Amino acid sequence: MRLFLLVVLSITLMTLDYRTDTVRSIRAGLSVIVYPVQYLVDLPSNFINWTTDTFVTRHSLQEENSSLRTQNQILKAQLQKFTFIEAENIHLRELLQSSRRVGERMLIAELLSVDLDPFRRQVVINKGSLNDDLYVSQPLLDANGVMGKIVHIYPLTSTAILITDPDHSLPVQVARNGLRTIAVGTGSDNRLKLLYLPNNADIQVGDKLITSGLGCVFPAGYPVATVTTVNTNPSLPFALVLAKPAAKLDRSREVLLVWPSHTSKIKKMQAPCSRTQEKAP
Amino acid sequence: MSIHERRRGSWIITFSFIFAMLLSILPLPPNLHAFMPSWLLLTTIYWSMALPHRIGIGVAWGLGLLLDVLRDTLLGQHALVMALVIFLTLHLHQRIRVAPLWQQAITIYVLCLIYMLVIFWIKGLQGVAPDFWMALISPLVSALIWPAVFVFMRNLRRHYQVN
Repeated sequence: MRLFLLVVLSITLMTLDYRTDTVRSIRAGLSVIVYPVQYLVDLPSNFINWTTDTFVTRHSLQEENSSLRTQNQILKAQLQKFTFIEAENIHLRELLQSSRRVGERMLIAELLSVDLDPFRRQVVINKGSLNDDLYVSQPLLDANGVMGKIVHIYPLTSTAILITDPDHSLPVQVARNGLRTIAVGTGSDNRLKLLYLPNNADIQVGDKLITSGLGCVFPAGYPVATVTTVNTNPSLPFALVLAKPAAKLDRSREVLLVWPSHTSKIKKMQAPCSRTQEKAP
Repeated sequence: MSIHERRRGSWIITFSFIFAMLLSILPLPPNLHAFMPSWLLLTTIYWSMALPHRIGIGVAWGLGLLLDVLRDTLLGQHALVMALVIFLTLHLHQRIRVAPLWQQAITIYVLCLIYMLVIFWIKGLQGVAPDFWMALISPLVSALIWPAVFVFMRNLRRHYQVN
């Protein structure tokens, strides 16, 4: 009898969780209870990071410092040009009367080294609703490319789905010629599959894929992956194209959260992504 | 049994559950994910077998709910399966706990397999079904480590006289 009650209760919970947003507060409450467990599991890797940071020789620090300084100089020089190009871009877009893209706000978060569901590709980050104004399906990047997006926000932590998760798909375009396609995860850590490309599509091994900005979740122009395999079989309707993610999905510890912003002077019709703008400050 | 002893027993049980939760979210290389035994399930099976009057399906359900939040799965998924498996364990506990360790391990394999299959079935309903063969590996690992878990937990229980 008690089993029957519990089964009914869990099925209700699952349905509510799958279809609606009503059990979010239960989830958030329980997440605070289990946070110490996550914290404890993260502790050893945190400690290793701390020791490697603390016990380095003066020589290697100096070396790292000088290489970082050189890199900083180069990046700054590139940025000078970038500022000019951005201004020019805004000006040209105004001439075209199309919506203008302005700078995006970013926040650095850290991954907790804990494992989630072994059959999915998800990560936990150390930012939650308590201190930061995150929103569901907010993009997550690392220094090299797109990592994924946020699915659940808890008071102290949040969980994000990676682009390699079998349930995740992402609108992308080939940087070389603007060919648009969809990159779906395969569940394996360094492989994405590109859907609906005909056998004669202009795509080659080594092509860089960037986000296309369609779908209004990811801002346009971030690197996603590099094409590794193009397999055309005339008997199949579409080519089998595989790509390797640009982001270091299994190695990054620091990730960037992005608040994309779109401002538009003209009607909303031409700014289909204004939904994200309302949530961004 | 004094209240003091009972309280100490509850602490031991709680700590063993927390430890099992730690183990179940320990970061592993992605290739090893399929080999991860169901730590929390094994611990709960042990306690419900040894102390059926204290650890029942209600506790198992609550632990499953916590595991759902820890693993960020559909809320209620692990809770449902834990309650089901512990229900079966409670029915069988008098026969399981007198059997030799290797026979216990076989029963554990079947219980863990039921657990995995129901989880895979729920995942299938959500449309994110993983490879079916993955469902067979984890129960096997669970059954193989069961003797070690059993002996460790029994020593723990006897040492602290948890009744």
